[in-house]
Order: sequence, then structure tokens, then C-alpha cells
Amino acid sequence: MDLGQLLAIVIGAVFVSNFVLMRFLGLCPFVGVSKDSDSALGMGMAVIFVMTMASLVTWFVYNYILVPLEITYLRTIAFILVIATLVQFVEMVIEKTSPALHKSLGIYLPLITTNCAVLGVAVVNVETFMVTGLPRNASFIYTVLHGFSAGLGFTLALVLMAAIRERLELGAVPKSMRGIAITFITAGLMAMAFQGFSGLKIG
Amino acid sequence: MQSVVARSMLALSGMAAIFGAILAFASRIFAVHRDPRVEKIAEILPGANCGACGYPGCQGFAEALVKGEVGEGAYCPPGGPDVMAKVAEILGVAAGEVVPMVAVVHCNGGRSNAVERLEYDGIEDCRAAILVGGSPKACIFGCLGLGTCSAVCPFDAVTLDDDRVVHIDREKCTGCGKCVEACPVNIIELVPMDMRVHVKCSSHDKGKRAKEVCKVACIGCQLCAKKCPHDAIHMEDDLAVIDYAKCQNCGVCAAVCPTGAIVDDVKARPKASIGSDCVGSGKCKEVCPVKAISGEPGERHEVDRGKCIGCGLCIEVCPTKSIRIVGALGHQKAKV
Repeated sequence: MDLGQLLAIVIGAVFVSNFVLMRFLGLCPFVGVSKDSDSALGMGMAVIFVMTMASLVTWFVYNYILVPLEITYLRTIAFILVIATLVQFVEMVIEKTSPALHKSLGIYLPLITTNCAVLGVAVVNVETFMVTGLPRNASFIYTVLHGFSAGLGFTLALVLMAAIRERLELGAVPKSMRGIAITFITAGLMAMAFQGFSGLKIG
Repeated sequence: MQSVVARSMLALSGMAAIFGAILAFASRIFAVHRDPRVEKIAEILPGANCGACGYPGCQGFAEALVKGEVGEGAYCPPGGPDVMAKVAEILGVAAGEVVPMVAVVHCNGGRSNAVERLEYDGIEDCRAAILVGGSPKACIFGCLGLGTCSAVCPFDAVTLDDDRVVHIDREKCTGCGKCVEACPVNIIELVPMDMRVHVKCSSHDKGKRAKEVCKVACIGCQLCAKKCPHDAIHMEDDLAVIDYAKCQNCGVCAAVCPTGAIVDDVKARPKASIGSDCVGSGKCKEVCPVKAISGEPGERHEVDRGKCIGCGLCIEVCPTKSIRIVGALGHQKAKV
């Protein structure tokens, strides 16, 4: 567990296998909440938070419940259960403790409950850090870090998209292409641009 | 726990039970008290989140209403009196009377009427154009015609025609004032809904210059101010301005305006009609602001129905009370 390995995980999750633009997960909020940068950033922050927490909790659930009982084949449904509960719980806590934060973040939390990117992080964590025979403490740190970086990558994609769409609003887009059509094309071009990171050699 | 099925069922239902318990417990601990009236009011409000009430969105307005932060002036322009009456019912207070307002653009200078001093090829937004190099039109007071007002209107009430003249749909406009705020040249005003005659020009240029740059500009000739029977129109820096508190919608100003800068919105006006008992005093002829009455002294006078605007001034001066106002929308005023 050296620093290079940790850096590789961060860069890998943010750029090389970006959850939105390379793995094509979480496309619904990517199109839905990218109309302006402010809400894109808010959504991004919420996703970072939830992905980190979900990685942490699913690590415990996987290693201390699913593995000892030898029912790891149930991980998908177990993770959905965990994530949905977690998001609901977090929303309640935020609403009580910080109404201001809830106002800016709260509206995005229900959107994340069933976000496939969050479940994707949990599943990818299992596949890359837990079944590969890493020592427990290393796999724990890698998992949490990967969850955090995946959220960071999601936020990056979302904010980039929002910035582009804000410019597009003012541009001379042909009438039939306005709105969601040009957004899809933009998303495709961005994904192609991110394809360039796939040759990046880390570590 | 031998079989996989038993283990799976037990583990998952166990997790579900624990999570359910945690959530149930958390909802008790972290319960936030909400006033049910907020939800009710928010449902009634139009939900356009236009901000015309001065609060951040309909939800914010509903919360402020329930908390009692809003004083007497509380009003939702898009919802109008109906919505406010319902809200007042929920809150248990009486709703105040407010005249609905509607937006009016004080400029009629489209591409064909107003001279353009440069060709603007930038972002289609008036505010952006102003930042770059001022208005693309020679008239610095007028509408830029790039549709910022149309873009910000939450109710689709503002449209641009092919000539780039802004039109406001009186039926759709709720008087929220978003366009008034967005217009960088400040030529949109909220006026009472029942006002139908407007000065469609904002130019403070002197007459010669105003006429050079726009065919439908107010040239400051003061004819309207002189002819107004209700003293409702005055000159402010070479521009005619209607005092909506005094205006009676008679349309005299629109009829006398030489450039057509004053627009009369009334579709069909009633006309004056002189009865057979006319003695030909000539008083109506003198007082008529649009010279619609003709006739020799001592003989029965006649009204040119094409010119008459139904202002009713002649009725008041007729010594024999032989003039009536007839026509238009089934409207008939008896002899006064």
C-alpha cells in the first residue's frame, strides 16, 4: 500500500474509468441535473458524500455478513438495501441538523437513492478490492478512497457538462437540435474525449 | 443454518429488519416539525417559482405566509385574487383587494421602423448586446429586439414577431415583473390591467433626432398633452408619459399622435351619434379632439364615424342633450 497505488486509484476512478463517461453509469442525473452549474455542483457534492459512505458501509456488509454466511451472490440486492437505507438516513440527519445544507443538497438525495452509479461503485469495489485477496486493511482504505474518487469523477463530468450546456443555451443551435438532442451529442463527444485517458499508464 | 436458501433468507430479512428499525428510530429522533398549512398553500400557489412575491419560489412564499412574515402587501401576481382568497381562507385572514397588473413594453420600433446603427452578431440576449457595444439600434432608449424578456417570461406571455417587436399576451401575462427586471433598457412597465392606451416609445431624444432614428418615435410635439381631456398625459424630457391614475382610456392621444407612437389597444370603440333634436350650437364641434363632427351653425351636425373615438366629450357640452354614445360590444350609453 504505497502512495503510488493510492494515486493510481484516484486517477483511475476520476479519469481513466470515469463512472459517467467511461462506464456509462448514472446517466440519468448526468442529463437531468446538468442544466446549470450550481445545481450540478450540489448534486456532485451529494454524490461524493453518498458514494464514500456507501463504499464504507458495503465493505462492512460484504466482509462481515455476506462472506461469513457464504451468500456473496446476493451482494447486488444487499447493496441496494444498504444504499437506500443509508441515503434515507443521511437525509433525515441533514434535515434535522443543518436545514441550510438540506435545502441545497436535500433535493438531490432522493435522486441518488436508486442511482446505478452508487451501486456500481459498491459492485466494482467488491470485484477489484475484495475478491482479489488484498489484506483487509488495504482493501478497506482502497474501497473508501475509490468510492470518494468515483464521486469526484462523477462531479467532474457533471460540472463540465453543465458548463457546456450553459454555453449552448446562448449559442445558435439549430431548432430541431435544441435541448436534449444537442445534450446527447455533447455527452457522446465528451465520452470520446475521455477515451483518450484510457491509454494512461499509472503506477 | 445448513442450506443456502435458509441462510440467504435469514440474512436479508435480518438486514431489512435492522435497517427498517434504524430508519423508524431515526425518523423519531430526527423528526422535523412541519406546519401542514405550508403544504396546503404551496399546492394552491401556481408553482411557477417566478419570485414576483419577493420570496424565493412558491415554497418560500408559503412558508413566509404561514410564519406570518408577510404583511398586508402579500400578493401572488400570477395567481391573482382567486389564489389569494384561497390562501387567506387557509390562514384564516381576509384577503386584500389588488388590481391585477400587466406588462407593457414602451417601444414599438421594430426592424422596419427603427434605424439600426450596426449589425449585431453576438449572443441572442439584450443584456449581452448592451455589454458588448450598446444597443444595435440608433435609438439608445429603445427595445433591442433580442428577446431577453421573452426568454425570462415563465408564462410564455412575451413573444417577438418577425419584425422583432415585442408583444405581450394580456391573457397570459400575470404581472410577475420578471421581464421588467430583465430588460436592460428599462422600457417594460407594469400597468393596471384595465389601462388600454399606451405610449409605445421611450425616447427622450429631441423631435428631429427621434424622427430620424425611428418612424414610430415620440417626437415631443405635445399634441397629446394639449388634447388630453383628463390631464392624464404630460411631457417628461421630450417624451409623452401617461399618468395611469388619471387616464380614462378615451384614446384621444392615440388619435392625435402624428407618428403613431401612442397605441390604442381598444379593439372596437363606441361612437357618438347626434339625434334629430340637434339645434346646431356648434359646441360639440369645438370640443371634439379629433375633429369628427361637422355641420353648419344652426343645422343638425354629423359625426364622422371613422374619426370618432367615442371619448364622450361632446355629450357633456351639448345644450340640448341630443348626443348619444352607441355601438361597440353591445355597449350603449344613454343621453347623459
